[in-house]
Amino acid sequence: MDISNLLSAMPGAISQGLIWGIMAIGVYITYKIQDVADLTVDGTMSLGGAVCILMLTNGQNIWVAVIAATLAGMLAGLVTGIFHTWMGIPVILAGILTQLGLYSINLKILGGKANQAISADNYDLIISLRYVKGVPFYRNTILIVAIFVVAIIGILYWFFGTERGCSIRATGCNPNMSRAQGINTNFNTVLGLMLSNGIVGLASALYSQYQGFADVNAGRGAIVIGLAAVIIGGVIFEKIFHNFALKLLAVALGAVIYYIVLQIVIWLGLDSNYLKLLSALVVAVFLAFPHWKQKYMAKPVKKGANGNA
Amino acid sequence: MLNIQNIYKTFNIGTINEKTALNGASLTLNEGDFVTVIGGNGAGKSTLLNAVAGTWFVDEGSILIDNVDVTKMPEHKRAQFLGRVFQDPMMGTAATMGIDENLALAARRGQRRGLGTGISKAEREHYMELLTELDLGLENRLTSKVGLLSGGQRQALTLLMATLKKPKLLLLDEHTAALDPKTAAKVLALSDKIVAEHNLTTLMVTHNMRDAIAHGNRLIMMNEGRVMLDISGKEKKSLTVDDLLSKFEEVSGEEFANDQALLSK
Repeated sequence: MDISNLLSAMPGAISQGLIWGIMAIGVYITYKIQDVADLTVDGTMSLGGAVCILMLTNGQNIWVAVIAATLAGMLAGLVTGIFHTWMGIPVILAGILTQLGLYSINLKILGGKANQAISADNYDLIISLRYVKGVPFYRNTILIVAIFVVAIIGILYWFFGTERGCSIRATGCNPNMSRAQGINTNFNTVLGLMLSNGIVGLASALYSQYQGFADVNAGRGAIVIGLAAVIIGGVIFEKIFHNFALKLLAVALGAVIYYIVLQIVIWLGLDSNYLKLLSALVVAVFLAFPHWKQKYMAKPVKKGANGNA
Repeated sequence: MLNIQNIYKTFNIGTINEKTALNGASLTLNEGDFVTVIGGNGAGKSTLLNAVAGTWFVDEGSILIDNVDVTKMPEHKRAQFLGRVFQDPMMGTAATMGIDENLALAARRGQRRGLGTGISKAEREHYMELLTELDLGLENRLTSKVGLLSGGQRQALTLLMATLKKPKLLLLDEHTAALDPKTAAKVLALSDKIVAEHNLTTLMVTHNMRDAIAHGNRLIMMNEGRVMLDISGKEKKSLTVDDLLSKFEEVSGEEFANDQALLSK
């Protein structure tokens, strides 16, 4: 239990945390803003990496590959959106269907293999776990992913302040009111799912570069990690972060904290096979908090003042 | 302005809960009409409003708003013609968004929502003035989340939102039923004021017979999914609750049954 082992693992944990932070920002859009639990992301978190590596091995520029991964993610969101709005399938089930379908598609993209490697030696990757230490600071993976995080937060902050963005927020908050105000709630739901999954696709492309391979199982349980980040970030920063941009930052920081804690748990000697079990239990407990709070610590609330704020 | 022709709506067809809510209802509103709608339990009052609003499509018949056939027009498209206030104060506003943001959403009803700013500085100032006129103490809470407001404040805000962009038709669906009597009276007075100011064609459902008589220039009574009585002009002005009850028994051959209406008589 040498503390220096833990410290040397920290830059890697922070990088991974930031990459998953981007993914968690995608989850935040559906879970918090749209008020739907979108399970498509488990598939999308594998899809983006697979598309990215397919593009790279076909000689495409790395940025083209990342954009293609983002678009692929948006397409996955579109499919779930169509399942949900046009075919009337409950959104959770719609997400599961897309996710399952994506498993086959991801396998196909990866050439029938469960994973495919991509070395930083042969390709000019934006980030890699080898660029975490010992590279010029402007090549440092933590810095580059942090720039991605800030840029995404900036774009989302702008977007959710536009007419369309406001209408998506309204759709998530109160669909009846939204329709009464002339908002096409179905269209907005699909748009939100596309936006969310596009961001997850991007995160997936970054993750595959970081790891040096794309894996068909990379996204297994992604929704749980995303939710964990949203919840951890929310609980820790809700008192100080009120601005929308800061709330998104809290989500990214939540993911970083999640990965640091994970690293500590591993360092303490937990069998890493138990990590997903641990994640699931932690998220279950955090999700239960609002329910418990209401049930056991309820204070009388003034009528009309208890909106779902 | 509004032309409802022979509309039918049955819910849960083929199940034990099958219910014919609209059974050949027809109604024509002229420009500037302020019509109050009253009726017994399950008479189809709210269903009539929802049919006009497009919450679902009617099974038969047609609905025209200002000569535009909206029978098959989806709810969000129809919204360009309509201002709506619901019975539930939670329903008309977005609780997690600010008062200003809610107003900005309403100001864009019927417009394409693009990537322009969701709310401008000039708009905020305009809203501030409107809220000052409303005199509910909301003008200094422009960016407060609507979820923090009382039921009455939310209904008043919903009313403002419904009329911010002048609708061809204002639909008030028992919009004071969930409020305490004092607040209800305030919101009703505000409704009267706004309707008069903008000369709005209005359809107001109420369970309160006195309110139905006191407001508007025309009163209709519904029963079993149809309009049974249509009273306007002088007759409406001299109407009393007892008149209404006896008229109801006359046309329907049964006693008026609406617990809320009778309790509030």
